Parts: sequence; structure tokens; C-alpha cells
Amino acid sequence: MEMNTREIANLAREIRIQILHTIKGAGMGHIGGDFSVTDILATLFGAVLKVDPKEPNKADRDRLILSKGHAAVALYSTLALRGFFPVEDLKTFAKPLSNLNGHPNRNKVPGIESNTGPLGHGFPIAVGTAIGAQLAKSSSRSFVIMGDGELQEGSNWEAAMFAGHRKLTNLIAVVDRNGFQQGSPTSKTNELDPLDKKFEAFGWEVCVVDGHNYDALLKAFTDPQTKPRVIIAQTTKGKGVDFMEGKAEWHHKVPSDEQYEQALEQVGKQ
Amino acid sequence: MSEKLEEFDNRIIFAKTLIALANENPKIVVVCNDSVGSSNLGEFRDLFPDRLIDVGIAEQNMVGVAAGLSNAGFTPFVCAAAPFLTGRALEQIKADVVYTRTNVKLCGMSPGVSYGELGPTHHSIEDIAWMRALDSLPIVLPADEAQTKEAVTWAANTTGPVFMRIGRFKVPSVSQGQSPAFVPNKAMRIIEGNDITIIATGTLVSRAVAAAHQLKGEGISARVINLSTVSPLDTAEILLAAKETKAIITAEESVTRGGVGGAIAEFVVQNHPVAMKLLGTDTFAPTGSVSYLLEHYGLTADSIVASARELLKHGK
Repeated sequence: MEMNTREIANLAREIRIQILHTIKGAGMGHIGGDFSVTDILATLFGAVLKVDPKEPNKADRDRLILSKGHAAVALYSTLALRGFFPVEDLKTFAKPLSNLNGHPNRNKVPGIESNTGPLGHGFPIAVGTAIGAQLAKSSSRSFVIMGDGELQEGSNWEAAMFAGHRKLTNLIAVVDRNGFQQGSPTSKTNELDPLDKKFEAFGWEVCVVDGHNYDALLKAFTDPQTKPRVIIAQTTKGKGVDFMEGKAEWHHKVPSDEQYEQALEQVGKQ
Repeated sequence: MSEKLEEFDNRIIFAKTLIALANENPKIVVVCNDSVGSSNLGEFRDLFPDRLIDVGIAEQNMVGVAAGLSNAGFTPFVCAAAPFLTGRALEQIKADVVYTRTNVKLCGMSPGVSYGELGPTHHSIEDIAWMRALDSLPIVLPADEAQTKEAVTWAANTTGPVFMRIGRFKVPSVSQGQSPAFVPNKAMRIIEGNDITIIATGTLVSRAVAAAHQLKGEGISARVINLSTVSPLDTAEILLAAKETKAIITAEESVTRGGVGGAIAEFVVQNHPVAMKLLGTDTFAPTGSVSYLLEHYGLTADSIVASARELLKHGK
């Protein structure tokens, strides 16, 4: 059942609440990037992806590869809330022998497509799943979500060039363009702009959208394609909690007890 | 052995076998990096144009795409020159193929020093050590035509990642009609002997056989093991060699540090220490042909014989 935008917003709120509980409970996690990608995940899992939690390895499912694997908690929370595994399991995150490692593992967690973590890996894999769907004459679509800093890895541009060459109309790449990498803004580290022109030059259609606007995201995910499409999702790192938004230090900071309560209160109203 | 044996380029039988398998199994695809010629894939491309995915000169993308194809239900054979496949795409091999446990078959073409005069950038002498470091990755080094055919067939029918080396340097048959020529996870004992054991891989197996014949003439009984599977190591066979013969020589076209010699030594030293000599290509090579380089590194029958004499002298 595809969700409407109100339902997607509700899912996003619940995802953010689970992210807060999970990171606070484990004392670790990448909260800033989790919050910037939350609305993208909520839209995909709420209304776009053809996936079945009861049959997570169905041959013709859509593929979502979270290349920014450090946002594992956002993906775990989304999968749990969508029924891939019990929400209760989120409490085990990062605990000894938990299936929920700091980065996702396909062989331990239903709904995960590849073991990501090192950056620049998801994009080529999604190109492979998209080519595979064409060969299999399947309607399956492939989606990959990357961080923006991650695009400094050269492997992404190998994948972008090849997808453009093969005109993969069943492939969508999403750039979670929150403007930050681990320690500082991407613009101060290794400038990515003009990102749209780079992708256009590689043979892609480009949609630049507000990465927290469900209508805009839905349209970008569902409009017909004539080429591979990149969605440059303009996002805010730490989105949803005012003292985290746009602050590099929240890349992997854990909230104090007081901050946790404040954050829960803010997110709960959304 | 004085007579010259007929020699074969294993890439030819590799391609023939892959075509035969692809005819039977529509899920078999090839992913390569502008390496249709060097991997001898022209006929495969003509027969199955959609099933040969040439990503161009982009090894990281090549391995990632193969992992994706596996996720989509295919059995990808990645065919690329061994140095670039294993060196450039090592992290993709680690994370996307081995850690994710995808069904990708990594075929390192023209390994060791087989690019001869092209030099150390093109030699693949580190690949065994790199691949051995990865958790539970089968490493297969077929030594001749018969083994190549059987090993490729096994890889196609096995679920999970495999790394195999396919040589370009022509080698004679060492299986000599033995059937099966290749047994998965098993070291192949091809000559019996009880004074010393020579454990060789790939191109070095025929040289080990020649060394054993020379040693026989000197009254030394040398056992020869073709270690066509390096990982998992056939520890039962290695233990027998350590217990039943006085010393072990290993010979490989790769660095012994972490390579085949390293693998055997790690096991022997912890289980039944005996005198050992590890022969391999441990330094960046000088300019020279493959034959010249193998001689330079002491990877000839004569050098193996000399090492055997030396070990047995000191081992007494």
C-alpha cells in the first residue's frame, strides 16, 4: 500500500524517534546524516519501492542500496518500522553479536542489499542490479543513496559514466546533499559543484529537489525516465532538531540526556 | 626429462569452458575491463553479446557491477588482468564480493610475472597474499588445461565467491590423464616420494615434476603436490608431507610473504615443524622475459633440485 504524503511524514517522524532511541541507547551512531536522509528513506519505503518485508529476496523486487552505510541506523529504523524485523531489535544496535552492526550487513538483516560502509561502493553495485534487471527483463528498479562528500570517491564517476553510456532508465541515484562531510563543509574540502552539470555531462537527467519535501521527492522518484536519473536532494544535516541542524559536529555526536529529551520533543511534534 | 612436452595457454580452455557453461546456464555472464582480447573472450561476446558486460577501463566499477549482477540473480565471471583486478579493486573485492558473500567469480588473467618485459606494474605477484587475507575466499590456481576446465566448471556450480588465476604462460599437462584432474579443496599429490616434498602451484608444477625426476636420478625420492587450491588449505595433505618426508619446498609465481609458501609455513610451524625452503617472486622484477624472470628468481627445476639437496644436507 502506497502511503500519501501525510503518512510518509508520520513514518519519517517515527524513524527519527527510533534513530534517537537507538543512538542514545548504543552511545554511538551518525545522527546528522541519519536525519538528513530520513525523509528520502521514508518516501522510498513508504510509497516508491516495490519490496515485500515478508519476502525480502523476491527476484523482481526493487533494489535500494544505501551507499552511505554510516547512516545504518536510519535504514535499520526504516526497515523495522516497515516490518522487515521487529522494532524491538533496534535496541541491540552495536551491542556484542547484534545483527545490527555500525554498518549494514546483507547476510544478517532482511532488506539490506549490500554490505556498505567504505564510501563509493554502492553506486557501481546499483548499476549492476539495474543491468541485471534489464538482462532478466524484470520491471525491478534500482536506487542508490549516496552522501555528497562520498562523491569525492572516483569509483562513483566510473559508475556514472557507465550508467550514462548504457542509458539505464531503471536506475535512480540520490545524492543526500547536506553539504557536509565528516569534519567540514564539502565546499571547503573538495568542491562538488556544479554537481548538476557534472551528472548532465555524464549522460544523466538531473532533478534538484528539496530533500525534505515529500511531494517533490515523490515526483522525482516516479516521473518517467529517458536516461539514468540523479536526484540531488538538498538536505539539512541533523534535520528536525534545531541545535543539530547544519552543524558538522553532529556527524557522529551522541546527544546528552537533556539534548535527547529536547530532540525527542522537537521530533515528536513533526 | 629431455623430451619437450606440448604446452598450452590456459586462457584458451578457460574461454571454451565458459562458453560451454554459458550455453547450459543462462545466468552466467562475463564482466570485463576492456579485456575481451587479453581474456580471450571474443567468441563469448559474439555468441552472447548481451551477457558480456565490458565496463571499460574501470576496475572498481567492474567488481561493483559484478556484485550487483549477482544480487540480481546472475553468476558473473569477472575476467581481468590479475594485477588490476586484485590491486585496483581490492576493497570492492573485500566488501562487495567477499564480505557480502556474492556469487562473483574473480578470474585473474595472466598472473604472476607472465607479462614479463612489461614489468612490475603489470606483474601480479601480490594477489595471492591479498586474497588469502580475506575471510573464506576460495583461491584456486589450476596448473594445466584439464585442471582449468574442471576448476571453472566447479566455480560456476558453486555458490559464493571464488578467486582463480588463469595463466597465459604456456604450460604442459601435469595431470597426465588423472581424473578428476581437479578436486575442490584438495591438494593433488601427483608424484609419490618419501625424502622431501615439493609443493608447487600453477606454472611451477611442471617444473616441480621435472625436479622430482632429476632428484630420482640422484637417489632422492621427492613427493610432488600440485596445490591447485590454496584456500582452504588441504591441511591433512600438508600434515602428511611434514610427517612422512624430511623437508618441504614450496614454489610459486608470487610473493612467499603471505603467499603459498607463507600459507604452508604458517600451518607447518604450528603443527609439525620441518625444514622448509620457500621459492617465489619476492622482489619487483628486473626487465626480462617470463622464462628469464623465472630463472632470475630460482624458479626452475635445477634450482628446486639444488634447494632439495641443501635442505636434506642440513636436515640430517
